[in-house]
Amino acid sequence: MANVTLAHTSERAGSARASRIISQILAHSTLLILSFLFFIPFFWMITSSFKINSQLSAFPIVWVPNPVTFEHYTNGLQQVPFTRWILNTLIVCAFSVLGTVISCAMVAYGVSRINWPWRNPLFAVLLATTMIPDQVTFIPLFIIFRNLGWVNTYLPLTVPAFFANAFFVFLLRQFFMSIPQELSEAAKVDGASELTIFTRIILPLAKPALATVGLFQFLASWGDFFGPLIYLSRTEQYTVSLGLTFFQGEYTSQFGSLMAASTVMLLPVLVLFFFTQRTFIQGITLTGIKG
Amino acid sequence: MAATTHQAGSIGLRSRRWSPRARHDFLWGLIFTSPAILGLLFFRVYPVLASLYYSFTSYSIFGSPRWTGLENYRTLISDKNFWKSLFNTVYFLSFSIPLGILVGLGLALLLNMKVQGMSFYRTIFFLPSIVPAVASAVIFNYVFNPQYGILNNLLRVFGINGPGWLAHPSWAMPALIIISIWGVGNLMLILLAGLQDVPQDLYDAAFVDGAGKAQRFRHVTIPFLSPHLFFALITGLIAGFQYFAQPYVISNGTGGPARSTLVYGLYLWQNAFKFYRMGYASAMAWVLLIIIVITTLITFRALSRRVYYGGA
Repeated sequence: MANVTLAHTSERAGSARASRIISQILAHSTLLILSFLFFIPFFWMITSSFKINSQLSAFPIVWVPNPVTFEHYTNGLQQVPFTRWILNTLIVCAFSVLGTVISCAMVAYGVSRINWPWRNPLFAVLLATTMIPDQVTFIPLFIIFRNLGWVNTYLPLTVPAFFANAFFVFLLRQFFMSIPQELSEAAKVDGASELTIFTRIILPLAKPALATVGLFQFLASWGDFFGPLIYLSRTEQYTVSLGLTFFQGEYTSQFGSLMAASTVMLLPVLVLFFFTQRTFIQGITLTGIKG
Repeated sequence: MAATTHQAGSIGLRSRRWSPRARHDFLWGLIFTSPAILGLLFFRVYPVLASLYYSFTSYSIFGSPRWTGLENYRTLISDKNFWKSLFNTVYFLSFSIPLGILVGLGLALLLNMKVQGMSFYRTIFFLPSIVPAVASAVIFNYVFNPQYGILNNLLRVFGINGPGWLAHPSWAMPALIIISIWGVGNLMLILLAGLQDVPQDLYDAAFVDGAGKAQRFRHVTIPFLSPHLFFALITGLIAGFQYFAQPYVISNGTGGPARSTLVYGLYLWQNAFKFYRMGYASAMAWVLLIIIVITTLITFRALSRRVYYGGA
């Protein structure tokens, strides 16, 4: 783009324009091919969920379902307690989001807006522990939760969320530090306690950041597989991830029903994304992480 | 300005250590960070130490742990499945990370050409990265189906007879790598944001100095992206060693066909919850922790001095 400024004659400007048009055409066609490749699995999932069985295994492939059938949604999904699984997952998501937002906001406040000697060391330790793989901690935790009688309950999936997550603390801390310190000082002069400053000044200002954390935690809990796999063993208790796995194991070749189940599982994720695109993208680029 | 007052504050705090203000701040600091402190103790420190202890015991979940010393570690060395699972994980990492970075960077560069419809393309490339791992495994299980799947059907159009993918021992891992690259949108977004932060005058200056396209990319773009690329490498390594859900789903927890998708996390889970060898699984967990820490340190040592933080 910068080369245009240095072109002297109209001839050279013309050739620069031509090469720019060529590069735009090349870029567009590459992008089109790539987006086709990236989109195909979605297309295949959605169309297949509406195909009759003979078209699911037809050669050459059927691109558009004809006739359109809802059988996989009405009958296919009813072979398993799918609605129940979705409700279970929503319960887990609700408590995890609540716990994560409250605890991470508190901790982020403590490591950004209160000046005390442990502030930086604690934050550093917190970040360093993200290196510890879940595989190292899950066996002792499983044994504790089992002794507490928490196996086959949702407690092991929700209670840990109330104890802060280092990535989200990092994200909120960045945001809290951008709020002018003078606001807190002024409130202190007026006799406000740390708790008042936190709930009345910082939290209302941090709503977008808190929403980002809540959103990422929702997605993490919605898609979580390992936790439900080791803690839940009764079919009617499953979350949607675990249920989908079970479904796939039991009905390996019922592709229509499997695609219908996947579509239902993806729906809330896609809807959330389209309504919160900006929050999403800012959150990711701010921290360089996914929840 | 803010930094200087901040420093003065902390110096003052050190000279009269327990002034009422300092004590007040310390107390509130503790209160606000208590979830993290308790979380560190309950969910990090205790489990890490406990699993170290279990790794020296024979422990099926039903009895109580029995001390066996280094027995578990000695068994690991001669356990063929252990080595196979480690190999599979390294195989997965050594393709999924570099390819993921290349594809993510390529997409980000394309999107940064200010083409029309950029937000449309960005959405399409990003969407797969928010698909839950289990769902993408189920979807791709059908996409990769040798007879009915769309991939081999498309390949047939070009006269290519597609392989058995997830059903074939030597194609299952490449298939999993493809699934992981499908989810590269997250990294792409980070790199795209990084590209948009590169100051235009730097490109102009490099151009005036006679730098060609490739040189500008090498000496302007790459240094500015290096913190993001470095971050992607580190987090990719840590996450990759824990890879679990997709191989579990496509193989129904077996790691098949012919152990080709038996990754480290999967074999560890099998030991803990299929064979109830909690002590042995704990030993595997500690070996994994040590591998992750060493790999991360080596990466830091080797690369962190080449990362340019001037742009961030």
